Amino acid sequence: MKTFWTRFLGNPRVYLGLVWLGILLAVAILANVLAPVDPFAIVGTPMATPGPRFWLGTDSLGRDVLAGLIHGSRATILIAVLATVAAVAFGTFVGAVAGYYGGLIDDIAMRMTEFFQTIPSFLFAIVLIAILSPSASNLVVAIAVVSWPPIARVVRGEVLTVKSREFVQAAVVAGQGDAAILLKQVLPNTLSPLIVTGSLLIATAILTESALSFLGLGAPNLMSWGFMIGAGRSFMREAWWLVTVPGIAILLTVLAINLIGEGLNDALNPRLADL
Amino acid sequence: MKSGSLGGYIVRRLVQTVPVVIGVVIVNFMLLQLAPGDLATVLAGEAGGAPKEYIDQLRARFGQDQPVYVQLFNYLRNLIALDLGFSFRQGAPVLDLLLQRLWPTLLLMVCTLILSLGSGILMGLLAALWVRTWKDNAISVAAILVYATPLFWVGLMLILVFSIWLDWFPTSGMENVVAFHEGWDRVFDIAHHLVLPTVTLSLFYLALYARLMRASMLEQRGLDYVVTARAKGQTERRITTRHVFRNALLPVVTMAGVQTGSLLGGSVVVESIFAWPGLGQLAFQSLFARDYNLLLGIFFMSAVLVVIVNLIVDIVYVFLDPRIRIG
Repeated sequence: MKTFWTRFLGNPRVYLGLVWLGILLAVAILANVLAPVDPFAIVGTPMATPGPRFWLGTDSLGRDVLAGLIHGSRATILIAVLATVAAVAFGTFVGAVAGYYGGLIDDIAMRMTEFFQTIPSFLFAIVLIAILSPSASNLVVAIAVVSWPPIARVVRGEVLTVKSREFVQAAVVAGQGDAAILLKQVLPNTLSPLIVTGSLLIATAILTESALSFLGLGAPNLMSWGFMIGAGRSFMREAWWLVTVPGIAILLTVLAINLIGEGLNDALNPRLADL
Repeated sequence: MKSGSLGGYIVRRLVQTVPVVIGVVIVNFMLLQLAPGDLATVLAGEAGGAPKEYIDQLRARFGQDQPVYVQLFNYLRNLIALDLGFSFRQGAPVLDLLLQRLWPTLLLMVCTLILSLGSGILMGLLAALWVRTWKDNAISVAAILVYATPLFWVGLMLILVFSIWLDWFPTSGMENVVAFHEGWDRVFDIAHHLVLPTVTLSLFYLALYARLMRASMLEQRGLDYVVTARAKGQTERRITTRHVFRNALLPVVTMAGVQTGSLLGGSVVVESIFAWPGLGQLAFQSLFARDYNLLLGIFFMSAVLVVIVNLIVDIVYVFLDPRIRIG
């Protein structure tokens, strides 16, 4: 029986994902060291081609594309991770309560989940941002609001199977309270599907954040990859790199997270790995 | 399946959709209340300021001087009468604007559905037949790559390559309005404009369905009924086409239904990139004009569209899989 870690790290795809994410995290943390200038500062002539001074050229206002890319990694990762954490927290709460108590509470919670799964989520995020006004915290709220339903369903399903097991009944007999049973007995046993769904959710959150920023609904004053693509799209004819480079950054990041998420899934559910 | 039970099933499913629609209406109304600055102040601000009496008069005209629950009641009553309000920006009833823009979006969505489902199922099928060969790997890697690519970036790259560099397809619009094409010329013109938006919107779903179809085929192939069919002496080809393929389709059909909402969201992005004159572009325009009536009307219409599509998928499902007992 191979352990989780040998299965997880024995997967070459996971390595590729981890390497890119490692680079990205280092860049995001060291952004101010790698690119000391403000990414919004005008540092050169507009639309300079990539060269020795500006490795990735400059944009239509003469801002350094590489600096934007480096600082953009911060905004993109931070917003996606915060939104995912919020969605996982809320989804876990709804799913756990629904699965554990059952009955009317379950019905209400699941109808609510279905409702949020039915309405067009990206459009809902757009409407939310338009009305709450674009800002980093509102982006987190909007992405979290449209992302929690899958988490709630996964957690509810797991809680339903776990709560009938003997150790949970033993905890009930031992006189533990509902909250203690849920937190200490039930939820730790639902972790593996939660980790897989949550990790894949970060990728979706990055795509949503970039699409919103691309449409001009991103956080103002925060350089993000989606914003860079949106700002460069009018100048594709003259400066194709403005749109191409940040797009590749998004692609690689989402790809890396998907590869890691699938690696986690294969390692945590070895029976399904062959499919 | 007893005769008449299908009708009952449809009615039951229709009744189930009512809470969703009412939920959307209430969410819409709450969002309208949250919106900073009502329309009266926005209009007054644009006119360069207005006396308070005039703003109050505007509010009274929009019914905004009444208590919140009266406004909600009016809103509900109006929606039941299919009155989605008036877009003061565009100077037209919201419903008229929506109906005008509905067809381009439906055209785009139906073409996307056909392309993504057709090619996705084919790719998944081929990958499953060639499992663990280089061809399977090539399809799987391509699917993983496409799956991670942002939709708007695909659109811009396609424009860059096929419109700007190669000049094969137009960059924007639905037809060449100054050419005044008629009959088949017009159809070809629209089809020509339709290619890039459809491909852009399709690629992600194509990858999704291909991956799902592959997994589904491989799962079905290991089930007992395949062993039975093989024991009966059926050829592998017949087992694949008659048994495995049909059963493998079911999860893909389910997924296609689930994705309708996200398809509509994607069309906002695609339509704003390609200036496709549909609901998505209208949403994009109303967003920046702060035309909340119009924006929420689009949201309402999209939600209703999703509900209808889910209903159709459920009905198709009953035909595809007789094991699903109605009721």
